[in-house]
Amino acid sequence: MKINKEKIIAGLFFVNGMIVVISLAGIFILLLTNSLPAFKDIKLTEFLFTAEWNPTSYVKEKYGILSMVMSTFMVTLGALLIAIPLGIGTAAYLSDVASHRVRETAKPIVEILAGIPSVVIGFLGIVMVGPLIARAAGLSNGLNAINGSILLAVMALPTIVSLTEDALGSVPKSYTEASLALGGNPWQTLIRVKIPAASSGILAACMLGMGRAIGETMTVLMATGNAPAFPHKFTDSVRTLTASIAIELGEVPYFTTHYHALFAIGLVLFIITFIINLIADIVLHRYEQKVRM
Amino acid sequence: MKFIVNIILCFALLCAWTQTGYADMLQIKGSDTLINLVQRLAEVYMEKNPGKFIAVTGGGSGTGISALINGKCDIADASRGMKAKEVDQAASRGVTAKRVVIAMDGLSVIVHPDNTVKKFTIDELGKIFRGEVTNWSELGGKDASITLYGRQSNSGTFVFFQEQVLKGDYSAKMNRMNGNAQIVEAVKNDSSGIGYVGVGYVKDASGLTVAEVAARAGADYASPLDKYDVKSGKYPIARPLNQYVNGSPSGDVRAFIAFELSAEGQNIVEEEGFFQIPDEYTELNKKLGF
Repeated sequence: MKINKEKIIAGLFFVNGMIVVISLAGIFILLLTNSLPAFKDIKLTEFLFTAEWNPTSYVKEKYGILSMVMSTFMVTLGALLIAIPLGIGTAAYLSDVASHRVRETAKPIVEILAGIPSVVIGFLGIVMVGPLIARAAGLSNGLNAINGSILLAVMALPTIVSLTEDALGSVPKSYTEASLALGGNPWQTLIRVKIPAASSGILAACMLGMGRAIGETMTVLMATGNAPAFPHKFTDSVRTLTASIAIELGEVPYFTTHYHALFAIGLVLFIITFIINLIADIVLHRYEQKVRM
Repeated sequence: MKFIVNIILCFALLCAWTQTGYADMLQIKGSDTLINLVQRLAEVYMEKNPGKFIAVTGGGSGTGISALINGKCDIADASRGMKAKEVDQAASRGVTAKRVVIAMDGLSVIVHPDNTVKKFTIDELGKIFRGEVTNWSELGGKDASITLYGRQSNSGTFVFFQEQVLKGDYSAKMNRMNGNAQIVEAVKNDSSGIGYVGVGYVKDASGLTVAEVAARAGADYASPLDKYDVKSGKYPIARPLNQYVNGSPSGDVRAFIAFELSAEGQNIVEEEGFFQIPDEYTELNKKLGF
């Protein structure tokens, strides 16, 4: 009876694991089969390497995603530039400097930040962050890549802080003690011992934060202006891959070139996130081997 | 185990409930320009007819028409006419779209109050939104580059403005905003901004200048806030606001549309800042028996 129960539970976990694998494969196949028909009418090189996207053009339909790819990378890069230093700093403070009481209050608050709906953040981008950027930079409006970056940084922060804090917390106590015993002060211990020792976890935290930033839709849709022109600087309006799908999928006639092209954008997004995860995985793996040696 | 069974039961109940909910609830979907007006009409109608339920949602005219074609709504709000492509598509799915006009809109061009350029010809507006004129000084204003605020391609207003004013493609630099309200908000805060919205969104919007528009150079300028100019067509970008239904309307759909077109309904139209239907469209509505 006992063995049976264990078998059932093991089987259940196996099924759970398989569900994840199957859904991933299913999503990939769905995206692939729905996007392939688009390339009957669009050249792959035009799709990937031209910057004009205008499927509902008055004159001639254009399907080039380069400016959207650029937009997505710009807001993601901007978000990471803000969120990574801030996130690691916050995590280091929480794990090493803050008193027990501060930590126990501050950490849940950081995690609540993750629960704020993205429309609310987008709304703040329109009414607060946008006008502030406009005033600070002397622009006529604040609907641009900086606005999107700041908002996405806020959304990526909880992930980065929380996971980095966990990673720092799981560094063996003997490392810290050894460093202190050799005469290192707390600052040196943190910077030269603990952070390098936890770097695999920190990298994973940053990668997850990046994933959050790339996939986020509503916030950037509301706060970046969505102009389809190719962005040249951070004060330009941008239109990300996700925003384009969200804007156009609602009204697109089914099974047209435009419809399939939107799925192709989804496929591109999928491939980008897949590559990022793959790189993160390889780096982590290499790092782990080094530690073992 | 019992817990799981309970959860499944709850789901089943919820599904059953939403199913019946859909059955006698009138679904209206579409134009962002019309949403406040139709919501208001639905509220008054429901108050007068207890037991009737109407759900009004937005998403843009394109989204509404697409929902009508796919059988997902009873009435599609549209601030533009259906395109030939859409009519064909509807026909291929057995949907015969019939049009009713419920109000008139003077599509309003708005600028910041500090802007000295307050009058435009259609030709100038076309140049501005196509991106051929990029600085206010070219129009006699201050030296500042023009920020364009428009809608997204699912919007009927986007399509109408493109067909009537641009006759070409929008500048790629135009910001694509989510709805009328967002454009109003953006132009209020941007001293070099220009945008276009339904007149219902500017009737008491302080902190904005509603521009006067002339059909061509030399013609009289007219304001969308003037009801006679909009009705007579002197204001060049006036447009009918439509609802599309599948086949000749009957039952609850007919009752609601009849209310919209009644004197009481048309008073609400004016209260919401839009205008009553001119005679040419009353004739059109008569063909469907209203």
